[in-house]
Amino acid sequence: MNFKFILKAISVALVSFSLTLISAVSFAATDVRIMWYGDGDKENVPIAAQIDEFNAANPDINVILDIVPYDAIMNTLPIQLAAGEGPDIARVTDLGGLNKYYADITPYVADPSYYEKSFGPFLNWYRKPGDTTSIHGFHSTMTVTGPYVNKTLFEQAGVDLLGPGATWEEWAAVSIEVAEKTGTPIPMAWDRSGHRVSGPAISMGAKYFDSNGDPKLVDDGLKAMTQMLYDWHQAGTMSKDLWGSVSGSKYHAPNDWWNAAEVVFMMSGSWQIGRFANEVGDDFDWWAVPAPCGPAACTGMPGGNALLAFNANPAVGKVMDYLSSKEQLSSFIGQVLAIPGHLDLQVDYQTDDPNAKHALNTFAGAVPTIDQVAFDLQAHVDNRIMFNAIISRLGQAIVGEMTMEEAWTRMDEDVEKQLKEKYGG
Amino acid sequence: MENIRNQTKIFFLRILNIPFAFLMHAIDLIMWPIQKIIGVRNMPYIFLLPNLIFFGLFVIIPLGANFFFSLSSGDELLFAERELPTTKQYDQLFDCESYLNPNTCTEDFFWRGVYNTIFFVVFQVGLMIFFSVLTAVILNKKIIGRGFFRSVFFFPVLLSPVVVGLIWQWILLKNGAFNAIIESYGGDKVSFLTDPSWAMASVIFVSIWAHMGFYTLIVLAGLQAIPPNLYEAAEMDGTSRERIFFRITLPLLMPNLLVVFILASIKGVQTFDEIYVLTGGGPGTSTSLIVQYIFTTGFASSGSVQNFGLAAAASMVLGVVLLFLTLMQLYFSRNKESKHQEI
Repeated sequence: MNFKFILKAISVALVSFSLTLISAVSFAATDVRIMWYGDGDKENVPIAAQIDEFNAANPDINVILDIVPYDAIMNTLPIQLAAGEGPDIARVTDLGGLNKYYADITPYVADPSYYEKSFGPFLNWYRKPGDTTSIHGFHSTMTVTGPYVNKTLFEQAGVDLLGPGATWEEWAAVSIEVAEKTGTPIPMAWDRSGHRVSGPAISMGAKYFDSNGDPKLVDDGLKAMTQMLYDWHQAGTMSKDLWGSVSGSKYHAPNDWWNAAEVVFMMSGSWQIGRFANEVGDDFDWWAVPAPCGPAACTGMPGGNALLAFNANPAVGKVMDYLSSKEQLSSFIGQVLAIPGHLDLQVDYQTDDPNAKHALNTFAGAVPTIDQVAFDLQAHVDNRIMFNAIISRLGQAIVGEMTMEEAWTRMDEDVEKQLKEKYGG
Repeated sequence: MENIRNQTKIFFLRILNIPFAFLMHAIDLIMWPIQKIIGVRNMPYIFLLPNLIFFGLFVIIPLGANFFFSLSSGDELLFAERELPTTKQYDQLFDCESYLNPNTCTEDFFWRGVYNTIFFVVFQVGLMIFFSVLTAVILNKKIIGRGFFRSVFFFPVLLSPVVVGLIWQWILLKNGAFNAIIESYGGDKVSFLTDPSWAMASVIFVSIWAHMGFYTLIVLAGLQAIPPNLYEAAEMDGTSRERIFFRITLPLLMPNLLVVFILASIKGVQTFDEIYVLTGGGPGTSTSLIVQYIFTTGFASSGSVQNFGLAAAASMVLGVVLLFLTLMQLYFSRNKESKHQEI
């Protein structure tokens, strides 16, 4: 064995190793990472099953589903994106707020016109102002805010449910009556969210924008609704324990109280249907009721969540095509009991629960009654700034840290301050 | 026979030593030329270098970055995309008609955090020192199960702040264990965490519960260092127990209490996680401290503008407070050392 032979052997080994490495890299599956939050297993299990099915059918793509808490979507994702470290796709609710990070996947989807036809009105919610063509993703589910009532408590109290056209004051009055007659501790509970307050505020006449279309938060309509919420807290119609249990703009839902039948009337939205069907079960009958009215409208807020792309490549396009297809969306929506964001989708809801069926009909029927201001607000890129200002300042007023007058002044100042920081000036 | 055994032992030790010898020679190969260039006197800096690199990477550079962030504005994370330099964040932070009334300040949440932090630190530290001394004095006596009780009081220190927050949330919630007990005795439920007049007291109580064990340990060490002959002499003189405590124990414990005071103050000013889990800073902002303000402003804005600059400016202010407390600690501990040396 001479030196030349050893050199040859080493060279052959190195070349073979390099070729193996190159071929391994060439044939490695492309990773597509999805950051997903879901309302528990009712949403996480169906999406995980769809991803498994996709991975099995597409060995060249490896979709990784990261299931995270909602807080991570709201607080961690924006920082990851700002640092250039985000996922390829994420399920988000701050649809316009993250638009500077969205990638245009138009070149990578099989049929861009399918997205326009199926999700047309929602696509503008994701686009930057002035952009009318980009495709960033699709609406996973559409949501509508609105109230639920504990129907069993109404029946026990011998109080009739109110019909369409009933006002917020009338609903508050009957909720108090039912609570008194049945010994229920909380007549009314709301999600602690500026988005939830906004539908009723628009019903009371809130406009949210000035004549130029710029944010102008506090007006008589918003004052009327927030004053009503303040008064309900002081009178005990709403419990301070709920909104008082957190600070700032932190979201808090009264589900635990509702599930324990300690609430007569709960203001939330259509995304709760599947949850209630699972968690309340046969404990009591719950009913979704039409959005109560104010002098200006009887509207809830539209909303929803969308799967949006932060990287554009063929693999991401393929995953989006698969998840947004009628077949997959219909199956997903049917299992999670939600309102589809797809404009032409026949959904076979997989439930025998009459409460859930009634609620789905009620919320689907509420979509055409949504006020244009509500749509404009939902589509506005800075709507979260307004929602957060409402809830943090109203929360402070409710616990006695400031008067309502001070809270309204602060709401406007907060919005102005944040917009200045964001856009300069 | 003994000789053979020793030789075998030496042989095996030499074999075991081969890798170390090899390693030392390898290090020597690197160190020798360095020592030749910089001289023996400067070699300690070379040995400190790895640690300094880590310290620089994870402490000094972030500190500098934080300072530059505090002098910039905008909602972008990368420096290149931020407006720089500007004192806007500090101007905004300190823009108040009256510093005594947070409602008159532009950043009222920050000033509420400042006042809440001061209130929290004063009561939490004061009460913690009191209870630590009380517990340490009891645990220093020859009581049954002394070792067990020492462990029991120290145990909460080992728990994660999140666990502490969750445990006490379950206990103190309106539908929690504590209210169930109150109700079973015919009392009315108390909103320990959601009534502004109760929330801060609850938070202080939980914080004392969680951290007292550590400070008790320091005080206990101080108690055990007091020479027993002082007590024996006092007893022979017929001195009362109270007088012994106030004239012997407390003065000799002072250096330890000073350490406890400064450490607890530093820790108190930095408090965040257990309160965030327990009350989320609510109701309203009644338990929201400075660190929560920094966290919320910079990182948890729930869709509002993430104001990294303002958060950085607030953390610089917090840094100054902590620096002051640390310097105090250094001053007193060095003072104590020099007194010991004089003795």
